Amino acid sequence: MAKVILEVNELTTRYITRFRESIYAVDHVSLKVEDGKSLGIAGESGCGKSTLALSLMGYYFAPLYYTSGEIIVDERHITGMDPDAVRKTILGTEISYIPQAAMNALNPTRRVINFIEDVIQAHRPQTTKREIYEMARERFELLGLPAEVLQKHPVELSGGMKQRTVIATSVILSPKVLIADEPSSALDVTSQKMVIKMVMDLMEKGIIKALVFITHELPLLYNVTDDIMVMYAGQVVERGAAQEMVFDPIHPYTKALMGSIIVPEAGLRNVKLAAIPGTPPNLKKPPSGCRFADRCKFVMPECRAASVDLRDIGAGRAYRCIIPEEDLRRLYKNEK
Amino acid sequence: MRHMLRQLLQSGRFLIGFGIFASILLTVLIYPLFINDPPLEIVSRGTFLAPGIYVNVYDSMNFSTHYTLILDDAVAQRVGARLNDEDRLAMQEWLLAAGVLEGEINIEDTAALIELWNSNFDPSVRVPGMTNADRNYYIRLTDSLEGLLATEGAIVAVPNQTTGVLEETGVINQSDYVNIGEVPNFRVLPLGTDNFGRDVLTELVSATGTSLTIGFVAGAVATAIGLLLGLVSGYVGGFVDDIIVFITNLFTVIPSFVLLILISFSIGQEQRGAFTIAVVIGLTSWVWTARAVRAQVISLRNRDHVNLSKLSGHSIAYILAMDILPYIASYVVMALILQISSGILAEAGLSILGLGPRTTEVPTLGLMMNWSMIYQAHILGKWWAYFPVILVIALISFSMNLMNTGLDRVFNPTLRG
Amino acid sequence: MKSDSVILSGKGVAKIFGFGAHKTVAVDHVDFSFRAGEVISIVGESGSGKTTLAKMLLGLQTPTAGEIYFEGHLRDIRSHRQKREYWKNIQAIFQDPFSAYNIFRRIDAVLLDCIRMRGGGRLPYEQKVEMMREACRFVNLKFDELTNKYPFELSGGQQQRLMIARIFLLKPKILLADEPTSMIDACSRATILDMLMALRTEIGMTPIFITHDIGLAYYVSDSVYIMERGKFVESGSADSVILTPREAYTRRLLNDVPKLHEEWDLSTV
Repeated sequence: MAKVILEVNELTTRYITRFRESIYAVDHVSLKVEDGKSLGIAGESGCGKSTLALSLMGYYFAPLYYTSGEIIVDERHITGMDPDAVRKTILGTEISYIPQAAMNALNPTRRVINFIEDVIQAHRPQTTKREIYEMARERFELLGLPAEVLQKHPVELSGGMKQRTVIATSVILSPKVLIADEPSSALDVTSQKMVIKMVMDLMEKGIIKALVFITHELPLLYNVTDDIMVMYAGQVVERGAAQEMVFDPIHPYTKALMGSIIVPEAGLRNVKLAAIPGTPPNLKKPPSGCRFADRCKFVMPECRAASVDLRDIGAGRAYRCIIPEEDLRRLYKNEK
Repeated sequence: MRHMLRQLLQSGRFLIGFGIFASILLTVLIYPLFINDPPLEIVSRGTFLAPGIYVNVYDSMNFSTHYTLILDDAVAQRVGARLNDEDRLAMQEWLLAAGVLEGEINIEDTAALIELWNSNFDPSVRVPGMTNADRNYYIRLTDSLEGLLATEGAIVAVPNQTTGVLEETGVINQSDYVNIGEVPNFRVLPLGTDNFGRDVLTELVSATGTSLTIGFVAGAVATAIGLLLGLVSGYVGGFVDDIIVFITNLFTVIPSFVLLILISFSIGQEQRGAFTIAVVIGLTSWVWTARAVRAQVISLRNRDHVNLSKLSGHSIAYILAMDILPYIASYVVMALILQISSGILAEAGLSILGLGPRTTEVPTLGLMMNWSMIYQAHILGKWWAYFPVILVIALISFSMNLMNTGLDRVFNPTLRG
Repeated sequence: MKSDSVILSGKGVAKIFGFGAHKTVAVDHVDFSFRAGEVISIVGESGSGKTTLAKMLLGLQTPTAGEIYFEGHLRDIRSHRQKREYWKNIQAIFQDPFSAYNIFRRIDAVLLDCIRMRGGGRLPYEQKVEMMREACRFVNLKFDELTNKYPFELSGGQQQRLMIARIFLLKPKILLADEPTSMIDACSRATILDMLMALRTEIGMTPIFITHDIGLAYYVSDSVYIMERGKFVESGSADSVILTPREAYTRRLLNDVPKLHEEWDLSTV
């Protein structure tokens, strides 16, 4: 068994609103990513996937607060560390995070190389500009980015190029884990593919050891990551290998999610898409039982009685439903 | 909307600004209910009466009951008011110069000092180094010392109607007092009187009201013109936009204050009422509102909600009023507040130059400044004629700017630092 | 459903922004003819000119050159009255539901506008409410819960459904849907598409999808137009364009989309 690079146990984080209400956006989430593996996190907007991405950094700022659980990066516990220490010794060197609008984070008045200088000097103050330039050039060339980009201002770069530059910069110190939150959804398909290619390259060329990729685009996730974890209302509802998750979903929510995929492939034209009526529950007052109960086709009175635990069925597969796996499969078959 | 209001009420800046402004406004509204003297009535002969309570001397002698109060320090205070420490030192100086030995002079003992003075002082003696002004001062001082230490009362006498001989009607003792509430005639002049002998406070309250009105009218005119031109220019675009932008640019390059001076001057003294001045100020200060509104409208006109409104068959006027205006309303309100504040300042500026509203009808803050400047209140040290005016102008500007920053923080929360 | 009558067509339609050195050709003299009853998709990446073309079709922007024919006649929408007439026949659904509504107007007002547009302005109020209730029922919303609410109080999917309710009341002949599902979740997307298709049968309109998502275009449409830099590079039936693409650009576009049953070839970037 390969070494576990990122391990998260029962992590809970919450937002505290201006009116002192707590919103548990990440509720007892556990995950494991082994060396050389990637994990995809999927779910509707508001399911807590972006909050999870933020929480995984171990660096919290208002209105997001750490509540409980642990994060272990390469056998090092980063929960419970001093926030300043996390910022100085973990971010950028152990974990890097690319937020949704990362490409807009570049300061328009400064060149790309200045930005890289800032990043490196924050961690290794003795490095000279010459060394930094060499380092950046080498890394950019390895990732297929022209070295001229370093001397340019952000406005001179296209959206896709900017995004790739930001990613290349954020992994300049070769962090063990990269957390990418929708790194390509604002881009055209062609630019998206280039960004994805680069992220895959980071894994292949050993620059990063583990990848956590967050997106709502399931075909993308299927093609990028080894495992997929589906979140709903702050909880993990199902996880497993990408292939199994897409073609053999167990949880009714995952089933619906996978049934709503549209791709331009023969035989998929005008097939009936799965639709889920209703809206996700309000996380200020989450329902006591199964959080998906209100929208589930197979809901039973027992579903609402008590909270449902994640059922582990081996080989990394787990789902959160009180109906056993075989019964769910039978239900799906009868539907057809 | 309610949310915004709640946020506004949490914004300290806005609340302070609003508090100051509301109290100024309330004063302007409530003051005339209690004191309804005409603001420009001349109440004093002689100019720049200091702030204080003015009690009618005749009434306090004739029409009010006299009470006897036994106050130990009454004499000392009476003497002190006439003969203060400076006077005593001056007397000592004169006496020394006249050859009196230092040991004989005791400036603490009033009776001894006055006796020594009366026996030695001779107005005709010229002391070396004494100026004419000094000599006059000593003569005045000597006169005022007359009867200072007298213990008997003052006799009140009236001439007999037939004989013309003065007949004693009463004696006012040194320990006699009147209750100010029983004196039929007295006037409180909290800020004294101005160069024409008018009550400064009443004038100031009335002037604040007029200036605020001028500010509101100027602000409303400027905002209305700016808003209309900005909306039309930004939304319609094309040729109309080109023309409006050209006019706006023209007004931008001509300094508006110079324009204001020229217009005010050419209108002539006779036509310059407060309202006219307000409109003129409004007509010269709409430029920035127009530019800002135009920029905002341009960023709004291609938004989907405007497109949706067009597709719903609404007319241009309806779209401007319902789909554009509400989105820029916060911006316009802030612009209006600034326009009001700058309108008040512009009026003050104009009036100081003597181009303000006609002087005989209404006072304005600017006119009060103008008058006190012409009559050299600042040189004469009559602070009550100009300082309260400056304070009011500053408070109005300050409160409006505070309200504006408060509004800005609520409307544009992203700018919050 | 399909017929041979052409509902909307264009000849040499172009839109050029700016002059001289700053000239940008957004739409480069395109020809098209959309048949009534067909589902049409215009697919292009950002900057391809698809949104500009949509705005010209809607009459929100005037073409720099070329003619647009509506039901065989040259379109003339210079006056406000003519525009209103035209907009009874062609309506739109926008990409971002959160910016498509006036945040100061209630949901009732939005729907009442549509009734008025159809000439129902003088109907008794009860009847109007009944019409609005029916429209909301069609998109699975409860009108009685929505009245006196503002659109921004609804979720993205609900707002987009309200947009469809609007179309239900307006009953236009053509519906331009500009990325109608790109801002909403996958699960709500199926609902929205189902409703649009049901609406198409209900009122017999011709939907035109403007999208960057070639998968969506393939899934919903009969005819697909691929647009690149202001020009249609390929057009035809969905099956022929998507399954047997002739143009290199179409092939690249298809190749760049991640799929489920085909290997996603990352070496070709």
